[in-house]
Amino acid sequence: MPERPGGRVTDFTGTLSPNEKVILERKLADFEKETTNQIAVLLIPTLKGDSLEDYSIRLAEKWKIGQKGRNNGAILLIVKNDRQLRIEVGYGLEGSLPDALSGSIIRNEIAPRFKTGQFYQGIDAGLSAIIAATKGEYKAPKERERRSRSFPWGMLWPILLFFGIFAFINLVARKRHYHSGGSRGWTSGGIFGGGGSSWGGSGGGFSGGGGDFGGGGASGDW
Amino acid sequence: MNKALVILIPLVIIGVLVIGGFGIYNGLVSAQEEAKTAWAQVENQYQRRADLIPNLVETVKGYAKQEKSILEEVTRLRSQWGEARQSGNINKSLQAAQGLESALSRLMVVVERYPELKSNQNFMKLQDQLEGTENRISVERRRYNQSVMNYNKKIRTFPGAFFAGPFGFERMSLFEAEAGAKKAPSVKF
Repeated sequence: MPERPGGRVTDFTGTLSPNEKVILERKLADFEKETTNQIAVLLIPTLKGDSLEDYSIRLAEKWKIGQKGRNNGAILLIVKNDRQLRIEVGYGLEGSLPDALSGSIIRNEIAPRFKTGQFYQGIDAGLSAIIAATKGEYKAPKERERRSRSFPWGMLWPILLFFGIFAFINLVARKRHYHSGGSRGWTSGGIFGGGGSSWGGSGGGFSGGGGDFGGGGASGDW
Repeated sequence: MNKALVILIPLVIIGVLVIGGFGIYNGLVSAQEEAKTAWAQVENQYQRRADLIPNLVETVKGYAKQEKSILEEVTRLRSQWGEARQSGNINKSLQAAQGLESALSRLMVVVERYPELKSNQNFMKLQDQLEGTENRISVERRRYNQSVMNYNKKIRTFPGAFFAGPFGFERMSLFEAEAGAKKAPSVKF
């Protein structure tokens, strides 16, 4: 299972020429700029006996194409030597790119070209169809949050209580110290420091991520 | 040692233990809720499959009238699943869903004999939707199993195990690995 790549088009089969890759990359980058939808393409030689659907969903879970919350990602996975392919569709695009449409894109746009060895043309036509189908999804985002992870407020209570009790002790102790003339309080600085992790990615390249998938899309062969 | 501290320190320790206990208890509750949500997702996908069936049956009927018995069986099992789901009994609903699954895959084998049906546009769409749904079911099943494993681990290991008994957190059961269940149960034609 490859790591999430730096680019939108990843070819482990040596099928696409550098020039073709650049063109496809640009096509997808422009599409993302326009709609924020993310599409990634992966070509691998073989699944080594793995199930296509299984591999594809695991890939989607690992790469997390699409934006967090919007889940507007899709992956075009091509297994060249096994002659299988799949369009894996994120939750947010399922409305505009339903399974039946993905299936028909595979059957009518991609597979016929792959049959004649025109891989670049097949991918290009497939992406054009996917783009055409998903256009406008951004304007009417279909919100489908699955598990909203809220801040664990409950976890704060023990900490608050802990500090409250200590503050109380501190106060009592301080009072005593006033009597004896001292003024030594407890300091509690530095406990909540640190924690500079940042979310999101850099602008420009292939960044973002966090899109969820639920197994939508279609598979096919040629 | 002054008097206030003698009283307060044990109080603080008890307080911290009790409050920590809340945290652990809440952790169990949220793990359980997560598993329940995952189960609801599985049922949603079963529902999605059930919703496809009337259309599928109608389409197949148009081309393969003589396959009446299997079509009737699928329809019957679909409503059986609907009833089982309504009853809220998870085991019954699961059993019905699996019965429906096997009837559907038998139907899809039968369909092989009708090339005209197979090249029908409407049927191809249904086939895509059905495959997509079966795939979603297997994805949600896996996610359900993951969340149940997480929950079961929590109630069986310390410190969660301490609370599981008294507060009635019971083990949840996993989807049995059926034959070939590691693979997505794709409907092949």
